[in-house]
Parts: sequence; C-alpha cells; structure tokens
Amino acid sequence: MAVNEKDIDSILEAYPAKVKRNRKKHIVIKDSSLAHQEIEANTRTIPGIITNRGCAYAGCKGVVLGPIKDIVHITHGPVGCGYYSWLTRRNKAKTLEDGKNYLAYCVTTDMQETDIVFGGEKKLAKVIDEVVEIFKPNGVTVSATCPIGLIGDDINAIAKAAQEKHGIPVMAFSCEGYKGVSQSAGHHIANNGVLEWMVGKGEMTEAPAKYSINMLGEYNIGGDSWEIERFLKEIGYHIIAVATGDGSYENLKNTHVADLNLVQCHRSINYIAEMLEIKYGTPWLKVNFIGVEATVKSLRDMAIYFGDPELIQKTEDVIAREVARVEPILNQYKKICEGKTAFCFVGGSRGHHYQKLFADLGIDTVLAGYEFAHRDDYEGRQVIPDIKPDADSKNIPELHVESDKKLFKLKISPEKAEELKKKIPLSNYEGMNAEMKDGYLIVDDLNHFETERFVELLKPDIFASGIKDKFIPQKMGIPSKQIHSYDYSGPYAGFNGAVKFAEDVTAMFTTPTWNFMTPPWKYKPMLEGTVEEEGN
Amino acid sequence: MLNFTPKELQERKSGGMINPAKTCQPIGAMYAALGIHRCLPHSHGSQGCCSYHRMHLTRHFRDPVMASTSSFTEGASVFGGGANLKTSIKNVFAIYDPDIMAIHTTCLTETIGDDIPAYLGTAEIPEGKIVIHCNTPSYVGSHITGFSNMTKGMVTYLSEASTETKKEQVNLIPGFVNPGDMREIKRLVKVMGINFIMFPDTSGVVDSPMTGKFEMYPKGGTTIGELKDTGNSRLTLALGSFASTDASLALERKCKVPAKIMKTPIGVKATDEFLMALRNGFVKEIPYELEEERGQLVDIMTDTHYHFHGKKVAVFGDPDIVIGLTEFVLSLGMIPVHVLTGTPGNAFEKELRAMLLEAGIKGNVKASGDLFEFHQWIKNETVDLIIGNTYGKYIARAEDIPLVRVGFPILDRSVHSYMPIVGYKGAMRLIEMISGALLDKQDRDAADEDFELVM
Ligand code: SF4
Ligand code: SF4
Repeated sequence: MAVNEKDIDSILEAYPAKVKRNRKKHIVIKDSSLAHQEIEANTRTIPGIITNRGCAYAGCKGVVLGPIKDIVHITHGPVGCGYYSWLTRRNKAKTLEDGKNYLAYCVTTDMQETDIVFGGEKKLAKVIDEVVEIFKPNGVTVSATCPIGLIGDDINAIAKAAQEKHGIPVMAFSCEGYKGVSQSAGHHIANNGVLEWMVGKGEMTEAPAKYSINMLGEYNIGGDSWEIERFLKEIGYHIIAVATGDGSYENLKNTHVADLNLVQCHRSINYIAEMLEIKYGTPWLKVNFIGVEATVKSLRDMAIYFGDPELIQKTEDVIAREVARVEPILNQYKKICEGKTAFCFVGGSRGHHYQKLFADLGIDTVLAGYEFAHRDDYEGRQVIPDIKPDADSKNIPELHVESDKKLFKLKISPEKAEELKKKIPLSNYEGMNAEMKDGYLIVDDLNHFETERFVELLKPDIFASGIKDKFIPQKMGIPSKQIHSYDYSGPYAGFNGAVKFAEDVTAMFTTPTWNFMTPPWKYKPMLEGTVEEEGN
Repeated sequence: MLNFTPKELQERKSGGMINPAKTCQPIGAMYAALGIHRCLPHSHGSQGCCSYHRMHLTRHFRDPVMASTSSFTEGASVFGGGANLKTSIKNVFAIYDPDIMAIHTTCLTETIGDDIPAYLGTAEIPEGKIVIHCNTPSYVGSHITGFSNMTKGMVTYLSEASTETKKEQVNLIPGFVNPGDMREIKRLVKVMGINFIMFPDTSGVVDSPMTGKFEMYPKGGTTIGELKDTGNSRLTLALGSFASTDASLALERKCKVPAKIMKTPIGVKATDEFLMALRNGFVKEIPYELEEERGQLVDIMTDTHYHFHGKKVAVFGDPDIVIGLTEFVLSLGMIPVHVLTGTPGNAFEKELRAMLLEAGIKGNVKASGDLFEFHQWIKNETVDLIIGNTYGKYIARAEDIPLVRVGFPILDRSVHSYMPIVGYKGAMRLIEMISGALLDKQDRDAADEDFELVM
C-alpha cells in the first residue's frame, strides 16, 4: 500500500506551478529512516482551492466558547455566522438545578446596512442589556465576525461598560473570520479570553478533593465527556471543570486549583494548558480517550503522575473490568473490520486520535491529516521554537502570563516532573507523525482535488472526515464517516464509545444498500435464452 | 427546553435577533449558482463563510455541495481582494475546470467595497469560460435575497434576445425551493405540452444518484445555452415574489420578455393559478391528466377535512413558502393564527394580513421576526400544529405541539428534498404530513378506551 514520491508528483502535476510548489510542502510520506520530517502547516489556504477549513470565528465561538452553557454567547455581526454555529456541533450539555443552560438560544446583533455604515456599538450594548434581562446568565461573551473589525467597533469598551453596569462578566472576543488562516486562530483568541476572564475567578484556593483534575480540549460531542467522566470518577478522580464540553463558567472559574490538567484536543486548547502551568503551577498531560488501547494508556499515565499505589490499583481494576467487558464485543466487529484501510482527515487532533480507534478494530490508517493544525501537532512540540511566526500568526495576540502571586502553587517538584517526563507525555505532545507507519501519507489541509485523487490511488475502505467531503467518497461507493459530528451518533470516547463506534462502522461496511448501486440491466443481458425442458 | 422564553411579550428595541428565522445572503446565492450546469459557485471573502454555507446546504440535501473561496486573510481585508480573486479564477479553471464560475460576495468584501466587475475586467479568464457575479451583502435581506440576486445575475450576464420573434417557450423561475419541487413544476409544464427553460434548476445537482462515481458537475442544472435563450422566451413566470421577481423584471427590461409574478404553486389555489397562467399565456387546454390530479386532491381535502378543519396552526419560514402554505392551510379550513418570516419585507405582511382578513381570522403576522418571538406568540395563544423548518422542533417540544417539517433547512429528517410540496401532488403530500402529525398526537394522547382503529 506504500506510496512513493512519483505517485504524489503525478497527482500534483495537474496543479498550476505555484499551487504545486505550495501543496507539495504539505504532503509527507512517512519515512522513519529519516531523522526528522518537516511538514508545512498553519499557512494560508490558496485562493480558489476548495478547502474544508473554516474561520477564526468558528474556532472561537463555535469550538471553544459555544459549549459553555451558563453563558449567553452573542455573535456581533450580520445574521449568518451566528446562525450556522447554532446547535450544529453536537456539544451536549445537561441542565443543572440552576437551570442555566442557554445552548438552544442563538443571539446575534443581526447587523443591518445602517449599522455597518454608522457602527454597531450602540446596538451591541442594547442587545447585551436585553440578554442580561431576559436570561440572567452567569456571563456574556461577544464574538466579532468579519465586518466588525473593519468598521472599527470597539467591542472591548462596550463589554467593559456592560460588565460594570450588570455586574457579571461580559467578555469580548475579536475573532473576525479573516484573522489567522483557519479556525486555529480562533482557538487561540478564545483560550486567551478564557484564561484572562474565567480561570482563577472562583473562590477556591486549593483543590476541593484528592486527585482533582481538569479535562481540557474535550467538547462532549455526542456525550464523549460523560463516558470519560464515568470511569474517571469511578477510579477516584475529581473533575473540577471540562473545557469546554458540558462546561460552565461556574466550574471554569475554579480550574486553577487542579492537581493536573488533561489535554485531549491539543490544538484547540494547548494555550490554556501552557498558561495554567505558568500561572498556577499545574502541569498538563496529553491524553487520548479515543480507542480502548489509547484509553488504557491514558489512564495508566494519569496513575503514574499521581503515583499513589491505591490509585494505581483502582486504575488497574477498572481497566481489567472494562476491557474484559468490551473486548469480546469488539472482537466480533473486528472480524468484519480487520484488514481494512482508512483515511482519517479531521480538525486538529482527531486526525491522530481516531487512528487508535481504527487500530483497535484492525483498520489501518493509510492517509491522515489535519484541517487546521500546526507543525507541532504533526511533528511534536519540540519543533515549536523552530516555527517562524508569519504575518498571519502575528496578528493573533499572545497573552503573556506570569505566575499568580496568590494562587501559584507548584503541583509537583521540577525534579519529579523531569523524572515523569521520561515515562509519560507530561506537558508534551509527540504529534501524529511519530505514530504513522512507513510509506503512509500525511497531508495537511487536504483539499477536494487531492481527496478525489488520493481516494482513487489508495482506494480506502472507509473515509473519515467531515460533512463537506462526506458525500464525495460515498458517491464513489466508499463508506464515509463524519468524525466531527459522528453522523449524529456517539459517544465514541472511552470503552463504551469504542463499542458504539465499532457498531456504527461495521454497519457502514455491511449495510445491504451498497448491493443495489448497479442496476441489474447494467450486467444482465436483455435477451435471455430459454432452454426447453425435455418432453415439452 | 427553551425555559428562558417568557410568555410576557416585551418589545425588544435593540434590533438584535434571538433564534433567527433567516440566514445570510451568500448561502442563497451559492444554492442558486448550483442550479447552473457545470458551474462552480465561488465565495469571495474569508473561507469561513464558504465553509458554513457548504456545511448547511450539505446537511439539508445530503449531497456534495462544491464551492470555492477566495480565502481572505487580514492582508486582503486591508488591501482589497483583487489579488485573491484573480488567483482564485486562475486556480478554479485550472484545477476544477467548470464551464462557468459564479461569484458572490460576503460581508467582508462588501464592507471593504471590493469592486468585482473591475477585478473581472483584468482577470485572466480562459477562452470559452464564463464568470458571472452578484453582490450579496449579508447585512441586507436574507438568504432569499441572495438567491434572488444570483438569479438576477444570470439574467444580467447571460440572457440574450437573439431571435426576431419570441419562441413558444416559457421561462420558469422556481425560487428557493427543493429539487423535488423543481422537478414537479417541470412535470406539470411538460404535461401541458409547453416548452420551457427553468432557471436556476438544482435538480440533478443536489439530488444526484448513487452510481459508484463522483461527478463534480452532475447532469443537472440549466445550461449556459438555455440561460442565454431565456431572452427569446415569450413569457417568464416568476414563482415566489421574494426569490424570483428581480430576475424576471431584469429579463423584461433587458430582453422584453414579459414577466408574470406569481405565488410559489403550493396548494390548490396557487397551482390553479399557475396552470391558468400557462393555459392563457400559450392558449393550451389543461389536459385531463392534470384535471384528474386536481380532482383527486379536492377529493382528499374533502374526505379528510375532519382531520384538520378548525385546527389552529402556526407557520414560519421563508416568505414565498410561508405565503403559499398559509393560503393552502386556509383552503383546508385550518386557522393560521401565527405567521412569521425572518426575511424583511412589508409586502409579506401586507399579503398575509389581507389573506387572514378575508378569512376573518385575527392573527399575528410578521416579517423580520425571530423564533423567540414566534414562540412567545404560541405561549400566548397555543396552536394544534406548527409548520416550519427544523429549528421549530425546539418550540414544538417545549410546548408539546406537533411539527410538520417544510422549508429550508431540514437537518434532522431525510428524503424531503426529493419530494415536492408544490403542485397538486405536493398538496397531497402536505395533507398526508399534516393529517399524520395531528392524528399521531391524537393517538399518542388517547386513553385506551378512546384509542381507535379507524380514523
Ligand atoms: S461573515 Fe457574513 S457572509 Fe459570512 S457567514 Fe457571516 S453573515 Fe454570512
Ligand atoms: S477535536 Fe477536532 S473538532 Fe474538536 S476542537 Fe479539536 S480539532 Fe476541532
């Protein structure tokens, strides 16, 4: 199945020269005999290319802020952006006693022509007043869309005034869609705001229980985080906050007291993880709860971090029981899935995470990539110092944090941390490339043209991506799985999630519907000879 | 569910929307452009808009929606998007090879005032290829306005009056409806035996068959030749005044093709009017086949009237669809007490108020409304049924009222885009859905002793 440079060249041949030169740097054939393989990422999408990428607003309001349920999220701009990010991501949230869950509400300033000409500040201020009066939320966010920055509305000033007026946090995010080169810019902008305005605002000064943790970069798509919490709680962990799936301002404001931060989606949340370490002395651990093997490893890494024999024992007990429970079921599905191949092209972490779940089922990922990741998500965090900031990354403000005088508390000694780093991914992410097999393809910002060509070349058995490209391979007869929205199923995380995923993927392979793709008249002759029976 | 929506109606003065009943122009323009054969819609702005629009259309149609973007960065926003557009044009034709590229703008490019025609003047467009454009500022109108603007763009760029006398053919502008509706409208006109050009025509594009092959440009869509020829037709029927008027009037001005603006043919009355316009315009008898269909519809309406007669209904969605639906539910003897669209337009309110007045119904009517207010109306005067798009399901659940899904977008059910709501057949389907929803609720709530076999 291995691909070679010639195959790639012959595909890229169809591009205009400039496009070809550019795209070539985003495609790598894994070769472990080389000391290091560099891939270009987080650079501009070429105009005219059919890309899957979205914008900074989508990354900020859509991904990071949107799931926070007890806050009303206002989209400041014309109607569309708010509309499309309303209830479309499947970040589930339970309503607690206080009743404060606003996820079914989409608030937009619905800017009109006069607002564009004369400015939308007054309108925004009025919308905030109305929203506070109607919903009485624990906070308000304001996310700016493309025109806002251009017409020069000072959303920070409006937010500040509203905060003073109403006595609740009102937080402004300048996440205009043209910032950066993808959703990734928006993650960063949102991370800065969450750290600045939410984290550390709670009353807690120390961890409320033994083994207190935060789960960062987990968005509870299809209920993932509930499944993860199920066994984490059983093992004895106390989860202070999830950022941001089923998340709330009420919980996020106490993130600073945790003993450890787990990082699930590295791309979208690593800024907060890093800043929490600097500001409050809490290290982070890269985990992956997608796939049984990955989940088991993550649980063991967590136990190693705390190093408590009792916790280690409990971890092993839960692992033993859960694995014994799900393995026989997975083995049944594996009979159908084993030996098949997949493409896995998703966002900024799942392109890596889901390879583990496919592997549990005996499915080999022959092409993987991210839509909006950076080089460190591919090559590992050690490359971060080598990444040169360009014009597009420079316009995203870096939040410079220092250790918090009152609340900084080193959770483990520097020596202990160094020792642990040899065993577990503590404050480190190795990236996707390390785990890809030789000869397999890594493609950044895979676009429509390449999707079609690579599918023809490698003929995968399953294509895992998003909604915009889902139906393209499917028309070719290749089952296509949405890994952003799970095709409205899930959870796919943890032990129960692996079973659900196996069930869904197997159904995609075995659905009888594929058998009807070719009508019988395409392969049966029109004139069928009749053989006369003897005696007639 | 929606627990923060208070019953008490208080005027919100900000002009903001809570739970909008409309979306932005470009998605409508993109959808219209998909209705041209071998066309690649192009979104001139940052890539986020294009991504959102493709996502939403794909979820509604469950079919590939191809479109490219100028992928603005901050630099382009400051210095203008000319370079991005020119690069886009070059790459689109080199890589995706459409026959025609249909550019629409976005908030961003409108705010900075990008001058598309000026850019096109200096862009390298390959020999034999065509680029058209329309402006779609999202801070004006709605997705319906965007659809209308792109349809008008087809006329301004392509329609030609090239024959001395007009041809015996009719232009049909279907408006923002599903491909299933477009197919049904075309069928009616075929049965009438009249030659026609439908534009835009997304049938065969966003309802393409599974064949084992991906076609970037499927079989469907109005061809460029047909679009040119619209200038030679004898008559244009603009179905749905909000989505189709502008194009039909542009065609009248440019090529002297008389325009007749009509309702989207939803329900018996509007379908009658549609067929009458064809009959009178082309002096053709209505064939028995259609008369039979109509008779069947009226038969069904009468036979089952007790399923829906006198029931109160709340309707929301896009203006042309809501106007048609309201007229139809009135002809079923239902009582539309709340009628709302998110799209701005006094004509909507005027037309519906007149309809309700004639039926002696006092109801709420609003254009530029949102679903927050719509829900409040229902809290103040409850209804037996809600008709609208998928977003209505939250209100339906909060108030335990059945919902019939009609319009755009429908994200949680399938097949709808293949099935018509227009014409007599479409009306039958609407009755099936309305009756079914009402009776399902009756069954669900019935005590054992009241649970009936025959209804
Ligand atoms: S920026 Fe404008 S055009 Fe783009 S999605 Fe938002 S409202 Fe629509
Ligand atoms: S897991 Fe994927 S979809 Fe979720 S935030 Fe990360 S990159 Fe986005």
